[in-house]
Amino acid sequence: MLWYLGRRLLQVIPVFLGATLLLYALVFLRPGDPVAALGGERGLPEAVAEQIRADYNLDKPFFVQYLLFLRGVVTLDFGVDFRGREVSEVIANAFPVTIQLALMALIIEAVFGVGFGLIAGMRKGKLFDATALVVSLLFIAVPTFVVGFVMQIVIGVNLGWLPVTVGRDPDVISLLMPALVLAAVSFAYVLRLTRTSVVENLSADYVRTARARGLSRSQVTGRHVLRNSLIPVVTFLGADIGALMSGAIITEGIFNINGVGGTLYDAIIRGESITVVSLTTVLVMVYIGANLLVDLLYAALDPRIRYA
Amino acid sequence: MTTQFPVTNDGADGTPGPAPVDTSKPLLEIRDLEISFATGGGQVRAVRGMDLTVYPGQSVAIVGESGSGKSTTAAAIIDLLPGTGKVTGGSIRFEGRELVGASRAEKEALRGRAIGLVPQDPMSNLNPVWRIGTQVEEALKANGFKGSRTELRARVAEVLAEAGLPDSARRARQYPHEFSGGMRQRALIGIGLASRPQLLIADEPTSALDVTVQRQILDHLGDMTRDLGTALLFITHDLGLAAERAEHLLVMFKGKVVESGPARAILADPQHPYTKRLVKSAPSLASRRIQSAHVHGEESAEVLAHHVDETPVVAGPAVVVEAKNLTKVFSIRGSRPGSSTDFTAVDDVSFTLGRGRTLAIVGESGSGKSTAANMVLGLLEPTSGTVEFDGVDVASLNTKDAFAFRRRVQPVFQNPYGSLDPMFSIFRSIEEPLKLHGVGNRSEREARVRELLDLVSLPQSAMRRFPNELSGGQRQRIAIARALALKPEVVVLDEAVSALDVLVQAQVLELLGDLQSELGLSYLFITHDLAVVRQIADDVVVMQHGKVVEQASTDEVFDTPREQYTRDLLAAIPGAGLVGDEIAG
Amino acid sequence: MPENRYENPGGPGTPMPRPGQERYVAAVDEGGLGAVDAVKTDEAPTSFWRDAWHQMRSRPLFWVAAVIMTLVVLLAAFPGLFTSVDPRTCNLSMSLQGPQPGHPFGFDRQGCDIYSRTIYGARASVVVGLLATTMVVVFGTLMGSVAGYYGKWFDTVLSRVTDIFFAIPLVLAAIVILSIMTNRTSFTVALVLALFGWPQIARITRGTVMSVKNNEFVTAAKSLGMGRGRILVRHVLPNSAAPIIVYATVALGQFIVAEATLSFLGIGLPPWTVSWGGDISAGQEAIRTAPEILLYPAGGLALTVLGFMMMGDVVRDALDPKARKR
Repeated sequence: MLWYLGRRLLQVIPVFLGATLLLYALVFLRPGDPVAALGGERGLPEAVAEQIRADYNLDKPFFVQYLLFLRGVVTLDFGVDFRGREVSEVIANAFPVTIQLALMALIIEAVFGVGFGLIAGMRKGKLFDATALVVSLLFIAVPTFVVGFVMQIVIGVNLGWLPVTVGRDPDVISLLMPALVLAAVSFAYVLRLTRTSVVENLSADYVRTARARGLSRSQVTGRHVLRNSLIPVVTFLGADIGALMSGAIITEGIFNINGVGGTLYDAIIRGESITVVSLTTVLVMVYIGANLLVDLLYAALDPRIRYA
Repeated sequence: MTTQFPVTNDGADGTPGPAPVDTSKPLLEIRDLEISFATGGGQVRAVRGMDLTVYPGQSVAIVGESGSGKSTTAAAIIDLLPGTGKVTGGSIRFEGRELVGASRAEKEALRGRAIGLVPQDPMSNLNPVWRIGTQVEEALKANGFKGSRTELRARVAEVLAEAGLPDSARRARQYPHEFSGGMRQRALIGIGLASRPQLLIADEPTSALDVTVQRQILDHLGDMTRDLGTALLFITHDLGLAAERAEHLLVMFKGKVVESGPARAILADPQHPYTKRLVKSAPSLASRRIQSAHVHGEESAEVLAHHVDETPVVAGPAVVVEAKNLTKVFSIRGSRPGSSTDFTAVDDVSFTLGRGRTLAIVGESGSGKSTAANMVLGLLEPTSGTVEFDGVDVASLNTKDAFAFRRRVQPVFQNPYGSLDPMFSIFRSIEEPLKLHGVGNRSEREARVRELLDLVSLPQSAMRRFPNELSGGQRQRIAIARALALKPEVVVLDEAVSALDVLVQAQVLELLGDLQSELGLSYLFITHDLAVVRQIADDVVVMQHGKVVEQASTDEVFDTPREQYTRDLLAAIPGAGLVGDEIAG
Repeated sequence: MPENRYENPGGPGTPMPRPGQERYVAAVDEGGLGAVDAVKTDEAPTSFWRDAWHQMRSRPLFWVAAVIMTLVVLLAAFPGLFTSVDPRTCNLSMSLQGPQPGHPFGFDRQGCDIYSRTIYGARASVVVGLLATTMVVVFGTLMGSVAGYYGKWFDTVLSRVTDIFFAIPLVLAAIVILSIMTNRTSFTVALVLALFGWPQIARITRGTVMSVKNNEFVTAAKSLGMGRGRILVRHVLPNSAAPIIVYATVALGQFIVAEATLSFLGIGLPPWTVSWGGDISAGQEAIRTAPEILLYPAGGLALTVLGFMMMGDVVRDALDPKARKR
């Protein structure tokens, strides 16, 4: 088990280095001068620009820049942005809301996706199943921002059940609608995955054998069908944590939430390269970390690969 | 046959053994059963007019090929028909109670407690995510086990011990993937008998296992059911096995019972044409027939025809392939970094294949027989040792000669579903070798494909078809035609008939024999099935754990086996002992 | 027709058969005993693809999806067939006017004809979707098949590269790159989406290729002396095509959504290109007073994606070997 964990950790390192290098290069190796752009139309005085370049190591060769950035990542000191704010503080301010939002969305998609998926799978070919498949396709087909607007209008404005936008200090109630919107697409995928998995397991030999040894239908469903069907679903959910957090950029925009998405979008518009790279790096770390977690969960759920 | 573990009929846990019952009343009575499956084109009847009677404590076997409806009948008894299957007529009575149309609760109460099941494939019938012990516990609890956790655990260990699993308390905490196939099947037998049912249905319980393991498990199953007084309904494709293990026999063909009666009577004097063919084709029985004929000094011309003195005169040395000290070592990556271990799949193996002759390499899974075959085919490079073809070391050939060499050795593989590219029409499949080696123009190649189809007794119209439209036996014929396209001298038959039904297997074996005498082919025949060896091979190499155990002519191996392992393999041929007494005797 | 013509078939000493277990022999010739293994010669041959096609066309969902897809492709190719109004000719005096003859959907804030803009918006989505999908299929299949087929260090290196690109979420990466690009076109947007969208298809291809290459027909081709590249192209890839095609249909829908999302954020296609994403973004401002401005392009977008996704479902059911095994 320990070796398995160790090996997976070792595999993660090159991926982390490669991904951050790629992002860093995309942001800093682009045509045009990030510093010159700061001055807007008039441009900055050359002396000021030089000073900024020196402060941000932009005068050094690219790989040195990247290594210095990596050192920052490891020591959790990302430096200051062009406006003089500590980037690590910006990150610390942005993440809590987004994490809360992503976790709420995760719970919603897990509960409803698995629940409906299980019922649809057990009633394959029946009305519930057909409806679930069509509805889930709709959730996948309609873009998140459209779902967001429609919910704002219907639930927020017309019905007045939930607040339309989220204020400075969001609570669970005000985050509920954004979480629903964020969860919509993944919910559809979880539902379909659970359904497929349940259908497959229902016809598995060991399910038949379990019934042959006298287990009732509900015992077989709970202990064998559901338990085995959850393996791929949990894998999907784990990997989805990372996707939800970066996907929040749209949801946060619609509902005016000051989370990672809002901050990142703001930084992109303002050309705050350091903030952009730092935020995306943290997101990538979350993504990689979530995938690592999935591997461990997988090992816990499926004894076959435990010591592989 | 001794029972290794004491089987408690009336254990300390209070599980009652079957009470002394009136054995004159049938336990299971099936009358005029009809089972249908709903398909796109309407109802398809899988079983028709099926009658079956099982008395308490009796063993009854249903024999049939795939698609005969034997497993469907078994599934119907416990109402676990797959997919759209339904009982559409007739009755199933268990202890006089009608099961067709009974409530779900009634049937659930019956399963496990009154009727146990040992399923076919031990690999897929245990849930991989639960411990073995948990799955036994489930069965006990579902069938009314009352007792504390400690008692339950003790009973689980007992159940597994009865099934012949040593160190059962520890074994119960393991997962299915930590068990070998044989151990899993023992666990499944334990589960099937855990609640002391009056009837145990064993659906091809050992067909996925190695022959020697097969025999041990069947012996154990027989002992257990006998000691517990459990009736056994045994489903199998192997007539020899059925006759050996059951008193009463039913032969099924295309959903109907064609013949039934006392097992030995059917074997000794089959009446229905289908049964006659089955008895004649069963390798285990046929081989025994040759042997008895041999013993009695009256060689049966009919059976031995295809490899006696019919080898055409072929140019070249008498030995076509010679493997010298072949060794293949695989490096297996361990779970820890750098901890790779070496695994010697083939260890210093030598053999010679004579021109126009058949050499069988026999062994169980993991014996290294297929690895050896792949080295002869030039698909694997030996770690050490050489393969010589007509006296030339194959490894020494340059690229061009190596390519030309491919024409002289061709394989036919086991799996009739994997050996043909499903995207290729039959014509393309057979034409491919010709095209690759630049033989003829398009019309010449087509003529050759037609010729090859004739050779393997398939209609020429088959060449426009695709593999999914053909049966297993037909595909195997196509694979043979493809292998013969380039007129090779040696054909490596890697379990080439193992996946086929008995009758089809007999046909393909016959075809192979005809082709050999017609074309002067040399066969390297890789198999786990000694029974088939007797039908086709001149010489035998027995392998175990990568090493050659015994090497001799086929007659010598069968009549005077020198090694214990060979004797075990021979003894494991189903029906071997039985037919000897009953027919030859 | 049971016959019991055996006095005591088991021989002396064995018990007589019990009731229900007498010797029984069925009447001979109960259907095709002679033909143990005959080839059917009637029906036309069915190849894998033909079979799949037969299965697909019997499903209503296939026809619904096909109609939607055809319509959308027609809209994208020949928008002039459906409207004679120029989507870029706008008249501020018509701002937010309702439907009128010749303008069935009314006008947006800029006074542009919504119907015409909805028709013309299809092109951006379809072009970006098709371009990105083509690039992803070509590149992902190449990477995946080389990694899966050649194995060893090819696999190690390529799989790690795939992991790196996989670790960066698609929309996030696209936002970062596109925000610093000055002249964006359908091609560059598609390229950026493809750049971070290929790992999925590479993984699928790798897995399929690894399982296909273990088939015995591949070994048979090797024993014929066929070269590795030729085996890959002739045998392995055609047999790996099914999951790639299924994923490509789904990916097409996902890329269309991604393009719309980027255009919605203002960093996708440039403002002068008519696109559904851009129009949804523009309609957002008037969402409470005139939600229909937003709903027409959103409806077009949803219908298009739905069409491709449904096709993906149908194709998967028809090509999935598990579903085909009756």
